[in-house]
Amino acid sequence: MTEWVIEAEGMTRQFGDYLAVNNVDLKVPKGCIYGFLGPNGCGKSTTIRLLTGLLTPTHGKIRVLGCELPQDAEKLREHIGYMTQKFSLYENLTLIENLQFVAKIYGVNSIAAKTRIEELLSLYHLVDKQKVMAGSLSGGQRQRLALAAATLHKPSLLFLDEPTSAVDPENRREFWERLFDLSDAGTSIIVSTHYMDEAERCHRLAILEAGEKRADGSPDELMEKMHADVVEISGENLRQVKRILLEQSQVLSAAQIGIRLRVLLKKDHLSLLDSLRQSHRLTIEYQQVRPSLEDVFVANTGTAYAQHR
Amino acid sequence: MLSIARIGAIVFKELKQLSRDRITFGMIVMIPFVQLMLFGYAINTDVRHVPVGLIDNSNSSLSRQLIQDLEASQVVDFQFHFESLTQAEAAITQGKVNAVLYLPDDFNRRVIDKERDATAAPVGQWITDASDPMLTNAIKGLRQMPIGIRGVPVREAPTAVYEVVSYFNPEQRSAVNIVPGLIAIILTMTMILFTSAAIVREREQGNMEFLITTPVRPLELMLGKILPYIFIGLFQMCIILLLGHWLFAVPLPTHIVSLFIVTLSFILASLALGLLISTKAKTQLQAMQMTVFVLLPSILLSGFMFPYVAMPVPAQWIAEALPATHFVRMIRGVVLRGAEWTDLLGDMACLLIFATVGIVIATLNFKKRLD
Repeated sequence: MTEWVIEAEGMTRQFGDYLAVNNVDLKVPKGCIYGFLGPNGCGKSTTIRLLTGLLTPTHGKIRVLGCELPQDAEKLREHIGYMTQKFSLYENLTLIENLQFVAKIYGVNSIAAKTRIEELLSLYHLVDKQKVMAGSLSGGQRQRLALAAATLHKPSLLFLDEPTSAVDPENRREFWERLFDLSDAGTSIIVSTHYMDEAERCHRLAILEAGEKRADGSPDELMEKMHADVVEISGENLRQVKRILLEQSQVLSAAQIGIRLRVLLKKDHLSLLDSLRQSHRLTIEYQQVRPSLEDVFVANTGTAYAQHR
Repeated sequence: MLSIARIGAIVFKELKQLSRDRITFGMIVMIPFVQLMLFGYAINTDVRHVPVGLIDNSNSSLSRQLIQDLEASQVVDFQFHFESLTQAEAAITQGKVNAVLYLPDDFNRRVIDKERDATAAPVGQWITDASDPMLTNAIKGLRQMPIGIRGVPVREAPTAVYEVVSYFNPEQRSAVNIVPGLIAIILTMTMILFTSAAIVREREQGNMEFLITTPVRPLELMLGKILPYIFIGLFQMCIILLLGHWLFAVPLPTHIVSLFIVTLSFILASLALGLLISTKAKTQLQAMQMTVFVLLPSILLSGFMFPYVAMPVPAQWIAEALPATHFVRMIRGVVLRGAEWTDLLGDMACLLIFATVGIVIATLNFKKRLD
């Protein structure tokens, strides 16, 4: 039987009239890297804050690591790590002072803290930066420091709110390697992102939009379950072709990528392209391709989602 | 259970940050120093050299002698001579002079009358601006000045009904009263502002979002934030008293232990108020505004500037609610009258109750949540 670290039913959070999170059901299995993928303002941060007990849900049941939220929030805090979207350590303390502070706050005894901090410094390549003020670190260094601080007390569940938004691709790869190490050691990880390549690395994903969960599953499952075909079109006058395509109700989306148009069609409407080619005398070639995660995302959000419904 | 280690961690971190914030660190020393110089030298209730004008219609040697006697008292400075009352009135309106002395044509005869009979008509008239009661009182004091021909007093001044003995400030120097009161004002300002800003800053810079996901308890956070400022407050008190002693010869208190006990209770009350503000203020600017909201009444109603007993009863109620009022009373007692803290239990109790209630409310108000 699968062990769930997070179980949420009908989780809802309202700010005034605004529904930031609307009736979301979630189940996150132990030891997995679970991603929240969605555009800005879709409720990713609010969801994470609900799951860490920082916000009280308006409705719904939330159980994290066996703790009922919001009642058991205080008990939960010792077992989770949280890396905020904005850097939230002290900029006018040095890197090592920040880590020492975090260790004391979590009640790690001083001998254990010393070895743990040394371990983290070498793991995150921060040994030569330990006397530097956190405020003068680069984006990548800050993010590694934040991860070190969030994992210092060896939490069994780690929340990362858009952890790589201020980090270059090189550092991002490195960062994900560390996440897989943590996951391998048994830590469950919740990560929110709006980058497709990051989402693709997650074991499981939930696509969020406007506070609702649009789809969830592993990236492969999501691609298989997709309710659209993906077609790549090449040929002449692609801008015009795109305009014509978008007028058709069967077309969910069309976007130009280099010299090709990537088009999402409702399932089993491939013949539409042949008829359009004849009626508008278009000189185009098309080919059905394997869907990417971006296609899944596009099909599940925005106008494409509305049309599908 | 409170964790001493966690409180220690917050205190240590707070001191580290403070030592790196050069301006705040500088202000801890500069605020007492500058304020002490300003208030110590500038505030003086002993009025001297009031600018006044003169209309001398008698123009006699006797009137000139009177003028010299008046100037010798140093209370007034005759800066203008006017020909007519209209000119004099214009000068008062323009604010060139605060009062005008009018000596009539028959001044000499009036003086002789006065010599014979003390109940005779006055010899001249002071026309005063009177919009500032303190200046007018100084002029009024001149009414009793004896006059006489060629400096010889006409008559023995009447013997006083009461004798006044000045116990603790026989020279009546304002600075002696101002300097201890200044401790109250400076501590009100720095203690409330520093603590309220210290918590609001964490919220503004996003540190709070991290801190509230850790197991730290609200009371631990509050105590950790308060403790460093207790030492700063005591340090500021010492600066003010020592500088006051060297610059203004304000006596040093005989009961040092009482001084620290009394100051500590006030610091705790002020810090509690700062914490209360921090739970309400969203930005450091708001925290500052709320501090000023408390600071102004503390300056005006605490008895620091104006006597508490002279205030109407509702104002006294408000004053009683301000920690500064109790402290001004106590610190003047300890520094100037050699009182011990056991002589001041009522005010002590008020401050300690205020501090406890404040910290409890602030802790209850502080939610480890974002909603």
